[in-house]
Amino acid sequence: MKAGLILRLVLIALLLALVLRPEWFAFAFAPFAPEGGPVIYQRASLLSLSLSHLGLVAAASLAATVLAGTLAILVTRPAGAAFRPLSRTITNLGQTFPPVAVLALAVPALGFGAGPTLVALFLYGLLPIFENAVTGLSTLPPSTVEAARGIGLNRWQRLVRVELPLAFPVILTGVRLSVVIALGTATIGSTVAAKTLGEVIIAGLLTNNTAYVLQGGLIVGLFAVLIYDALVSLEVRLARRLGLERKGR
Amino acid sequence: MIEIDQISKLYAGKAAVDSVSMTVETGTITGIVGTSGSGKTTLLRMINRLVEPSSGEVRINGEPTSSLAPHILRRRIGYAIQGHGLFPHYTVARNIAAVPRLLGWSKDKIAARVDELLDLFSMEPSQFRDRYPAELSGGQQQRVGVARALASRPDLLLMDEPFGALDPIIRSRAQDDLRRIQRTLGSTIMLVTHDMEEAIHLGDQVAVMDAGRLVQHAAPAEIIRAPATDFVAEMVGGVERPLRLLSLIPVADITEDGPTDGEAIDPQTSLRDALAMCLWAGREALPVARPDAPPGRVTLDAIRARAADHQ
Ligand SMILES: Nc1ncnc2c1ncn2[C@@H]1O[C@H](COP(=O)(O)OP(=O)(O)OP(=O)(O)O)[C@@H](O)[C@H]1O
Ligand SMILES: [Mg+2]
Repeated sequence: MKAGLILRLVLIALLLALVLRPEWFAFAFAPFAPEGGPVIYQRASLLSLSLSHLGLVAAASLAATVLAGTLAILVTRPAGAAFRPLSRTITNLGQTFPPVAVLALAVPALGFGAGPTLVALFLYGLLPIFENAVTGLSTLPPSTVEAARGIGLNRWQRLVRVELPLAFPVILTGVRLSVVIALGTATIGSTVAAKTLGEVIIAGLLTNNTAYVLQGGLIVGLFAVLIYDALVSLEVRLARRLGLERKGR
Repeated sequence: MIEIDQISKLYAGKAAVDSVSMTVETGTITGIVGTSGSGKTTLLRMINRLVEPSSGEVRINGEPTSSLAPHILRRRIGYAIQGHGLFPHYTVARNIAAVPRLLGWSKDKIAARVDELLDLFSMEPSQFRDRYPAELSGGQQQRVGVARALASRPDLLLMDEPFGALDPIIRSRAQDDLRRIQRTLGSTIMLVTHDMEEAIHLGDQVAVMDAGRLVQHAAPAEIIRAPATDFVAEMVGGVERPLRLLSLIPVADITEDGPTDGEAIDPQTSLRDALAMCLWAGREALPVARPDAPPGRVTLDAIRARAADHQ
């Protein structure tokens, strides 16, 4: 526990330093830069790239959560059960389409910039959230659901007060998977001029500057690890409170 | 008064409950007994419409239950589900408060009621109020489940094996508590159990179910004296019948004048307990306290005569 906390603090400090004071690391990246070439990416501030990267991921994940969550709620109602296969097909479609193809197709419609990236991340994020939300909502403890009816909660009250809170940890797992996928996928958004950390990596690839690639990759990787870790601890805490860990693990 | 009128439930063409009719008087406890799968739970759940009857009708004070929206009906009927069914994401207090909150009680009134109920079930409020169900023992969870059903003081309470997970001592205390609460509030209770002992001890009436049908519905003494079918006789437990009968009669009923020594026993002590005391102490008679007379006595002969007097 203690060691884990220290490791987390170290990683957070490292990430902040990489974003805010990249020049401190010139010594480490220098061996990877071409002879006489720049070592630290200067064309845009890493902070603003990070913020816009995270912003894109957050916006796309939020939209995916809302849509996938709503779909999952609808298809887990008795009246919506018939639509479950159809909605599964739709969300699966988002995953089978390569993100690069989504970008290429979305550019003519939405132009260069953040738009196509948002669409790609959104489509990519739907499936894990939908699958987990459906699982969470359809595997609630039967006696609890029964009790919720028995004490006189109406459908809406049952959903909001009992079903969603109980399914929440499982839904959160889906959100976590989708966010982590989006963090990585967002980098290719820079091929269509979205402002993301992918810009650093792509610049590195174009100019044969491994230092840039490492820098961009390291920052994206650290964000992914830390966000993943934060969401896992949230899930564990919630699940523990619901007494789920008692049922064996 | 609850009138159950020719109610049936079919699952895949097979009757789980088969044309059951019975009338439950206001302010009484009815113990519903039967073997596993005999349709007790299904019968109970048709009363608050958690299960919709295939045919037949239930009327509460003359009003058909089908005339109300199910969730409104259920707020008026306390329901203690088989195996507690507590909300794992709510604290004990919030679980108990679930129905009062739905009914819009004030915060103070709810808090007072929660503590009152926890006290009633011998669970120290300050210690248990803020725990989550996962942090309770099975027996404690079950008591909280019963407390939740009682919280809004409903006129009608449906309880499905509410004391199944309790050890004998806590169980008999919980039964006495329930009886006391029911007496003071005058609530009507229908309680499912597979334990005939519990039905006889708690019930003003006992309903015996067998394979979906109601085979006998009568006062406990009647069920013991004159079981309607072999199945009922078996449920009552052949050789234990005289003792079961004695357990229903207080010594006050056969207390006579006469001298004995020793400490007088309470007049509400059952004849079964008095018999056990006589046998254990090797005595022929026990003194019995009387509220408005000097102590009388109950004799072994009188108990024996009473046990034989069942025809
Ligand atoms: N939803 C259902 N679908 C199909 N069959 C059911 C359903 N619910 C109950 N049954 C059947 O109806 C019969 C009566 O069940 P019920 O739950 O009422 O029994 P019970 O007397 O409460 O038994 P126990 O003492 O084990 O709780 C059983 O044979 C059961 O399998
Ligand atoms: Mg049952």
